[in-house]
Amino acid sequence: MDAKGKVFKYGENVDTDVIIPARYLNTSDPDHLAAHCMVDLDPSFVERVKPGDIIVAGRNFGCGSSREHAPVAIKAAGVSCVIAPSFARIFYRNSINMGLPILECAEAAEGIEDGDEVEVDFSSGMIHNITKDETYKAQAFPEFIQKIIASNGLIGYITK
Amino acid sequence: MGMTMTQKILAAHAGLDEVKAGQLIEAELDMVMGNDVTTPPAIDVFRKSGRDKVYDRKKVALVPSHFTPNKDIKSAEQALRLRAFAEEQDLFYRFEQGKETMGIEHVVLPENGMIMPGDTLIGADSHTCTDGALGAFSTGVGSTDLGCAMATGKAWFKVPGALKFHLTGELKDPCTGKDLILYIISKIGVDGALYRSMEYSGPGVKTLSMADRMTVCNMAIEAGGKNGIFPVDDITLEYIKRVAPERYEAGDFTIYEADEDAEYDEVYEIDLSEIPLMVAFPHLPENGRAVGTFDPIEIDQVVIGSCTNGRIDDMRLAARFLKGRKVASHVRCIIIPGSQRVWNQCLKEGLFDIFTAAEAVISAPTCGPCLGGHMGVLAAGERCVSTTNRNFVGRMGHQTAEIYLAGPPVAASSAIMGRVAGPDELPEL
Repeated sequence: MDAKGKVFKYGENVDTDVIIPARYLNTSDPDHLAAHCMVDLDPSFVERVKPGDIIVAGRNFGCGSSREHAPVAIKAAGVSCVIAPSFARIFYRNSINMGLPILECAEAAEGIEDGDEVEVDFSSGMIHNITKDETYKAQAFPEFIQKIIASNGLIGYITK
Repeated sequence: MGMTMTQKILAAHAGLDEVKAGQLIEAELDMVMGNDVTTPPAIDVFRKSGRDKVYDRKKVALVPSHFTPNKDIKSAEQALRLRAFAEEQDLFYRFEQGKETMGIEHVVLPENGMIMPGDTLIGADSHTCTDGALGAFSTGVGSTDLGCAMATGKAWFKVPGALKFHLTGELKDPCTGKDLILYIISKIGVDGALYRSMEYSGPGVKTLSMADRMTVCNMAIEAGGKNGIFPVDDITLEYIKRVAPERYEAGDFTIYEADEDAEYDEVYEIDLSEIPLMVAFPHLPENGRAVGTFDPIEIDQVVIGSCTNGRIDDMRLAARFLKGRKVASHVRCIIIPGSQRVWNQCLKEGLFDIFTAAEAVISAPTCGPCLGGHMGVLAAGERCVSTTNRNFVGRMGHQTAEIYLAGPPVAASSAIMGRVAGPDELPEL
C-alpha cells in the first residue's frame, strides 16, 4: 500500500471549501466531486493530477466544513496520500474513514517542493523525496488504521 | 489528576470513572444529527451496516437546512432522500419548511428542547459544537461517522485536552458573543485549539446570554477546536425550563463541572469589558480587527443570519440599528432568521416592519449564502459583511469575492453606511 507520485504543494489552512466548494455539493457522486477538486485554489489541478500523485501542504490542512466530500474528492481525483504538519480534526477522521492516507510530518512539508517525485511507505511512515534524495519520517499508522485504509475505508473494514 | 468538564461528560458516556487526554474511548450518544448535504452519504453507510432500524427513533435528527427550500433539482433529490429515510425510520422529529420545528440544525436542536446539559451528541456538520453552550459535549463529524452512529448509537473519540478561557467583566453594549469569539480566534489562530476543547469559566460567564454562548461555541471549530463548552448556571436552567419544560421538571439532565485540579494546556484570562466590536477580514476567521482601526471598505451586500447569528437576539439587535434608517442604495441587506420559530417571533414583535422599512429583504430560514448555496451568492470582486462563520476563499460565491465577518450591530450599521462600519458611525435619527 505504498504511494508514489508527483507532488502538488499548497500553503497553510487549506480549507474544505476550496477543496470542494459547496456549489458542487448537490451530489455526493465521487467522480462529480473529483472533477471540481481544488478548483478555487488551483483551477488546473484536475487537468494535471495523475493517479498516485501526492498533495503536500502547510499546517491545518482540511479546516472548516465537516464535508466528507472533501477527502472523497481528493481520493477520487487519484491522489494517493496527503502530507502536512497538521490536519483539522474532522478532516483527519473523515480521511481515515474514507481510506485516504494522510501523514503528519512537518519536515516533509517543509522539505518537499511542488513537482518533486515522492514515495511513501505507510507501514513505516517513511517518506522518500526521490527528486532531492531526502528522507523524512512520519509517525506510522497503527495497524488498525492501516487495515481501514487497505479496506478502502471504515465501512469496508467493519463489514469485512 | 482532575478532569475537565468535557472529559467528565465523555467518561460518564463511556461508562468509565476517569478518562485522560489522548485516551481512545467509545461513548454512548444522546443525539445524532445530519443535514441535507451530509445525510445522503450517511444513509448509504447505514445501509451497508446491515441494520434495518436506527438505534433510537427519538435520537436521530435529520435536518434539511443547507440548500432548502431546494435550490435546484439535485438538491431537491438530496432533501427527498433525507425525507424518505426519516419516514421509513419513523423518526420522531421532523423539520419540514414552515413547521415551527424547522430551521438551521444548530438553531433548532436547542430551541426544540432536544439537547440537555450533560448530553453527548455528534452531528455531520462542523458547527455541531454550538450545543456546548448548554453544557453538553457536542462535536462535528463526517457522513461515515453519522451513518455508523445512526446504526449503533455510539462513536469513538480521542479524549481531548483543553484550553481554558477565564472570563471576567462584562461586554460593553452593543458587543456580543460574536465579538468575543472573533477576538479569541484572532489571538489563538485558526488552529489554536486544534483537537482540543475550549472551556469557558469565571464570573464573566453569567453576563453572557444563551445566544452569546451559542455563538461563542459555534465558532470553536474556526479555532480548530473539537468542542466549545460553557458551565451550566441559572441562565442555562432558565433556558431549558422554557424550551424543554417536561424534561426540566423530570430532572432529565446532568450538570457536570470541571474539577478544581483539571489540567489545561493553556489558560487565557479575558476581561470582557476590553473586547471591541470586531471584524474578521478575508480570507480567514483569525484576521480579526477592531472596528475603527481600518480605512473605509465599500461593500455590496450584508447577510444577517446563520447558525452563528440567526437567533431572535440577533434579529432584535439588527432591528435596533436598522430602525428608522435605510440600507445604502448600492447594498443588498439579506436577513435570514435561523428557524421558523425565530421567523414567527420577528413577525410578532414587528421586526419585519423595521426590516422592510429599511429596505432589507427577508428570507425563509436556510443556511443559504453562508456556504455559497443560494439566497445571496456573491459575484466576482463583490464584498459582503456577514454574521456567518467563515470568510474562506469562494465560501459565499466567486473566489475573488470578499467576506467580512462581524456581529449583527456591525452588519446592520454597515448595511446603512454602505461600508464596513460600527454603530458609532451611524447618523443620528
